[in-house]
Amino acid sequence: MKKAELMDFDKALELYEPVLGFEVHVELNTKTKMFCGCANEFGQGANTNTCPTCLGLPGGLPQVNRKAIESSIRLGLALGCDIAEASRFARKNYFYPDTAKNFQTSQYDEPIAFNGSLTIELESGRQVTVEIERAHMEDDAGKLTHKGGATGRIQGADYSLVDYNRGGVPLVEIVTQMIEGGEADSPEIGKTYVAAIREIVKALGVSNARMEEGNVRCDANVSLRPRGSNILGTRTETKNVNSLRSVERAVRYEIQRQAALLSAGGTITQETRHWHEDTGRTSAGRPKSDADDYRYFPEPDLVPVAPSREWVEELRATLPEPPAARRKRLQADWGFANLEFQDVVNSDLLDAVEATIAAGASAQAARKWWTGEVARLANVAGVAADSLVQPHQVAALIELVEAGTLTDRLARQVLEGVIAGEGTPLEVVDSRGLAVVSDDGPLIAAIDEALASQPDVLAKIRDGKVQAAGAVIGAVMKAMRGQADAARVRELVLERAGSAE
Amino acid sequence: MTDLIKLSAADLGGLLANGSVSSVEVTRAHLDHIAAVDTDLHAFLHVAADAALATADRVDARRAAGEQLGLLAGVPIAIKDVLATRDMPSTAGSKILEGWIPPYDATVVKRLRDAHLIPLGKTNMDEFAMGSSTEHSAYGPTRNPWDQERIPGGSGGGSAAAVAAFEAPLALGSDTGGSIRQPAAVTGSVGVKPTYGGVSRYGAIALASSLDQVGPVSRTVYDAALLHDVIGGHDPLDSTSLTDPWPSMAAAARAGLADGALTGLRIGVVKELNGEGFQAGVTQRFTETLALLAAAGAEISEVSAPNFEYSVAAYYLILPAEASSNLARFDSVRFGLRENPTDGPVTIERVMAATRDAGFGPEVKRRIILGTYALSTGYYDAYYGSAQKVRTLIQRDFDAAFEKVDLLVSPSAPTTAFKFGEKLADPMAMYLNDITTIPANLAGIPGMSLPMGLAPEDGLPVGLQVMAPAKQDARLYTFGAAVEQLLEAHWGHTLLSRAPALAPVEMFASEEGVI
Repeated sequence: MKKAELMDFDKALELYEPVLGFEVHVELNTKTKMFCGCANEFGQGANTNTCPTCLGLPGGLPQVNRKAIESSIRLGLALGCDIAEASRFARKNYFYPDTAKNFQTSQYDEPIAFNGSLTIELESGRQVTVEIERAHMEDDAGKLTHKGGATGRIQGADYSLVDYNRGGVPLVEIVTQMIEGGEADSPEIGKTYVAAIREIVKALGVSNARMEEGNVRCDANVSLRPRGSNILGTRTETKNVNSLRSVERAVRYEIQRQAALLSAGGTITQETRHWHEDTGRTSAGRPKSDADDYRYFPEPDLVPVAPSREWVEELRATLPEPPAARRKRLQADWGFANLEFQDVVNSDLLDAVEATIAAGASAQAARKWWTGEVARLANVAGVAADSLVQPHQVAALIELVEAGTLTDRLARQVLEGVIAGEGTPLEVVDSRGLAVVSDDGPLIAAIDEALASQPDVLAKIRDGKVQAAGAVIGAVMKAMRGQADAARVRELVLERAGSAE
Repeated sequence: MTDLIKLSAADLGGLLANGSVSSVEVTRAHLDHIAAVDTDLHAFLHVAADAALATADRVDARRAAGEQLGLLAGVPIAIKDVLATRDMPSTAGSKILEGWIPPYDATVVKRLRDAHLIPLGKTNMDEFAMGSSTEHSAYGPTRNPWDQERIPGGSGGGSAAAVAAFEAPLALGSDTGGSIRQPAAVTGSVGVKPTYGGVSRYGAIALASSLDQVGPVSRTVYDAALLHDVIGGHDPLDSTSLTDPWPSMAAAARAGLADGALTGLRIGVVKELNGEGFQAGVTQRFTETLALLAAAGAEISEVSAPNFEYSVAAYYLILPAEASSNLARFDSVRFGLRENPTDGPVTIERVMAATRDAGFGPEVKRRIILGTYALSTGYYDAYYGSAQKVRTLIQRDFDAAFEKVDLLVSPSAPTTAFKFGEKLADPMAMYLNDITTIPANLAGIPGMSLPMGLAPEDGLPVGLQVMAPAKQDARLYTFGAAVEQLLEAHWGHTLLSRAPALAPVEMFASEEGVI
């Protein structure tokens, strides 16, 4: 089994057809938890946002958060789902210490939303329609931290700590039907599908949608079917893949791993697998079978959720433009090339660019500044670009550049000032004294001085070798500490060289 | 001076309101009596003497300051140990919760405190309310004040015995399949299971969520009504709590005392809850009571509820299924007992297993296993699914019956109090004891038990069960108060006045002298 751990991807696809399925968990950004009045936020110290209900204390009882229902219905509608006239919670029974009640309050045979679909577009332009089986509501588990031991996992740990602040946070789990025919695009389908979900929940405003914080988590199911066979292979479920790139890598890895195993005569174990970001591999988790018995039964502490059709229609009217349609519209409006537009989308800067354009900037300038300097500074700071600076400030900055008040170089300094909280771009220009010197007087003085100190250059220019002017321009720009328009300096250098004749 | 402990809650409330007695005096009288008799009786798992007196003192001070307080302000009450109390251990009769003090009050407890009642302590019960005798309490059984060799009923034997033995005028119980009504019947007291959703379950340690209901335990129907008014009504913390406005149960009980309250009332006798399998003296008292009712103008008829014969079977699938899930949280991680395995590795699964093995008694384990099995894939439809269908059929039986009659009656239990150990080895015999009370829980309708005499063969109390349509709890109180008045007039005394006096536990100084 040690020999070829992975099969070449193309070879794997020659022999097998990948079949995919995704379960995406979306953490809703409600103010309070799913079934109690505790705040839906972390980082206030372990187990501070807890109560008898979310701690699973004897006697605690759940109450359904109406806002969570509303968000779930809106999400279901955005995924093209039907909304159940009567939907029920069910208990999923299993013992694990992060689950305070030792059952998860979830939904089983009566989910709030079902029968949806989502069409995604791959980079090649290929459109893939992913059928959504269901979107159901449930509560999140607490967070376990395993202390001692080498792996940070429960096995071998000396002890474990559990923080129930996350316990009871509302989740919507979106389950796809089997996705067949993905072929070599399978890894990209995974990535694009999860990106599309994330985009939708963000557009709806129902989740903070930050994958790195676990607001959107993906479990990827992969199985391989031998070419020519109509029997499905055994699947694995790679849990908690928490970045778009990881989804793509994990799907690709599982295809290659399973292909190697199958072609060597091995069998796939039906199991959950852990994704390791650092090594790019998956490793075996716990065995999982269809016979896993969660002893589901209707939650007797809660009454069925029966959203009125009027309410559902009211909520449907609140849906934003679907992200994919919006992207098409914006790209056409802005006239961006595919790559330019992708760059904006991939950097998660669609909203920021749109707002910047709305604030008066040209589309190209807005794109250039956000995906360029702002993104670079955000990357250095390790934060999201749109958290660094406001669109209207970027628009103001662009306006100053286009008016000739700032060169790009000066504008970058102004941007740093704005980010540092020194005020609006105009205020930074004033306080740092960064405006372009547009008065020719000081420029001419500097040029004359430069020409005088470099007579050989002056001679060359006079001989018609205008490219020699570069040395003088450089000296002038340096003398002006960059606060001059280089084009104007060039004009003046040539003029002064001629007139000095 | 009157014997304060013999007074009803209503009478005590009256004396407290007019300043004839203080709450401290009333509370101390009850605490003294508990100290005297409870060593034998064991109705209480915890007595909060100091806290009770301090609370009573505060209530007296409020009254002294001229505050107008409720009808039960200053009246002591005992609380079944299934209810969460932030200042007293709440064990549900289980070792797994020994010493556990919840960080919160159950809604009903909070309402008691808000109405200025005086919590005396926590009463004994079958572990997690699983039983009909209190013999399944991890802390030993409660004795029946009528005969200390006999069970006080269960699971709420502690609350019923406390009230019947004059340790408290009022108590709270919980009723999943008869845990309020059957103990009331065998101790000669009054107990009411309200409509499902009528009283908050928040803070009641769950046995079977779809069946559990908290309710009043008392010596008179009117007292139960007064307590019902304190604890009832919508609670946003319990999603199954009804939002309906409720009439005053106390007013309903007072209406039952009017002349002619029984005239024309249509009373249905449930054919399936009478006759075969019922103790002769129980049937006799039931028949006599029906005759008295008829003489008072009630219209008695027999109604059939053909699906009741499946009720015990359905109940013992639904209850264990829900209980197996409700009791999963007792795992040593957040509260309660923690037991490490005696050998082998200490893993979380093994600690949970060792804790549950050590902390749960045999009846609890039996029901967890039954319920786990009933919910298993492949068995769910046959067991839990079928049981839910039976439940619907039983609800239809009730619907059909209530089209013909205003109220249904039956004996509250097939027998009078049985002896300790009599049914302990035979769970089926114990389960069948609940045949009379279970249908009301399955249908969610209200039920009451009140005394209807002593069985001639053993001189022990017999209870009359009354059932009303869902949300018609008031009808129970009107009828209950009328029947109580009728029977007591017929007897010339209250039933509990015939209970044997309990010998106080005397404390002697050593015969060898004391220093």
